[in-house]
Amino acid sequence: MIAIIDYGIGNLRSVHNAVRFISPQTKSIVTSDPDAVAKADKVIFPGQGAMPDCISQLEKRGLKESVIEAAKQKPFLGICLGLQMLFETSEEGDASGFGLLPGTVKRFQLNKNERIKIPHMGWNKVHLSNPHPMWNKIDSESRFYFVHSFYAEVKNQSLVMATSSHGEKFTCAIAKDNIFAVQFHPEKSSELGLQLLKNFISWNI
Amino acid sequence: MSVAKRIIPCLDVNDGRVVKGVNFVELKDAGNPVEIAKKYDEEGADELTFLDITASSDNRGLLFDIVEKVAKQIFIPLTVGGGVRTCEDIRNLLNSGADKVGINTSAILNPELVAESTSRFGSQAIVVAIDAKKVGDHWEVFTHGGRNATGINAVSWAQKMAKLGAGELLITSMDRDGTKKGFDNVLMKLISDVVEVPIIASGGVGILQHLVDGVKYGEADAVLAASIFHYGEFTIQEAKQYMAKNNIEVRL
Repeated sequence: MIAIIDYGIGNLRSVHNAVRFISPQTKSIVTSDPDAVAKADKVIFPGQGAMPDCISQLEKRGLKESVIEAAKQKPFLGICLGLQMLFETSEEGDASGFGLLPGTVKRFQLNKNERIKIPHMGWNKVHLSNPHPMWNKIDSESRFYFVHSFYAEVKNQSLVMATSSHGEKFTCAIAKDNIFAVQFHPEKSSELGLQLLKNFISWNI
Repeated sequence: MSVAKRIIPCLDVNDGRVVKGVNFVELKDAGNPVEIAKKYDEEGADELTFLDITASSDNRGLLFDIVEKVAKQIFIPLTVGGGVRTCEDIRNLLNSGADKVGINTSAILNPELVAESTSRFGSQAIVVAIDAKKVGDHWEVFTHGGRNATGINAVSWAQKMAKLGAGELLITSMDRDGTKKGFDNVLMKLISDVVEVPIIASGGVGILQHLVDGVKYGEADAVLAASIFHYGEFTIQEAKQYMAKNNIEVRL
């Protein structure tokens, strides 16, 4: 069973719709119940909005511990804010994340060399930096859909699975043991996004 | 390597059907929303926008049904707008499967709605739509399909909306909408230059060169069109090939 974490913010329907579309036989639920998260075989942690809100909503629902526990043991897919939450701190409201991975979350900066818009919104190229079962049938330089103003600055480069570029190069996928997380939205990235979710369903650690 | 310019087909929905009018009048039926959405996704549309122009509030529910059905089968971003008045309306649309909700007239009547909804649902979920018309040497915001003048300067309004938290601005030139004469690129560039958020150019696409011009001269981050795609004059793929040939980065 796949548990999709619901902390009351954002459009979780689309992640659930996508999982059901590619694999109707896989049991999946959208839940804010810590016990359901504890019982799940795999966990998807999608995110939207701001890190401080996410933390307070998780705490309000008594979910924070169970999500951290899941991220320590089970196949765990973080999406967007769900990637950023894995790190230590964020410039966004000076919030703290789960602190499972070393690094900080920063905001894109306007720069003189290249005109960029913030939020970084749209389809950007993803450069695969390391092989991973989650990249099955996905080529380097494929485009995925992004929408975010913050990104993770990762200390340990061996965790970096892919990068993209928006005024500057930034990490857009990371992996460590049972964790895989992407800054883009696979549930909104058409065929290739669905392929990534399929890879998660069949990923055995 | 950078983010691709987006091509967004817009589907005007009236009583559960997709329609297209000229200057917001003379509506013609364009087909079933789910089938059209599916076709556009297969052709490589980067996003889809549904604009509900249903006049009667009795038939508003039909929109949720459409959004729900489309969101179950099509996995690209969906923006839904038209008649959105409250945070509750926005929440209902997001729950139906919309990724972004467009606010237009309500932002003018109640700018706090933009601040409130972006803090509640995130900037990424809120697109402020601005219908502008040239009045003398400047552009003014209009409502009700271009019929009612507000006296508000469109460029300063765009800045204000971005400041209140809108994640994106959809700029429609009411002078050009339905005319097939191309975007009002002077207006697009004026706004694109003064806001940090992406802008979507809308209103007036008749040929593929207009899409190129919107990016090159209007400095739009995305281009929106309806009739050229609905009536099969061009496919999304043709539009993208044309833009790529003109050195615009697109997702092919």
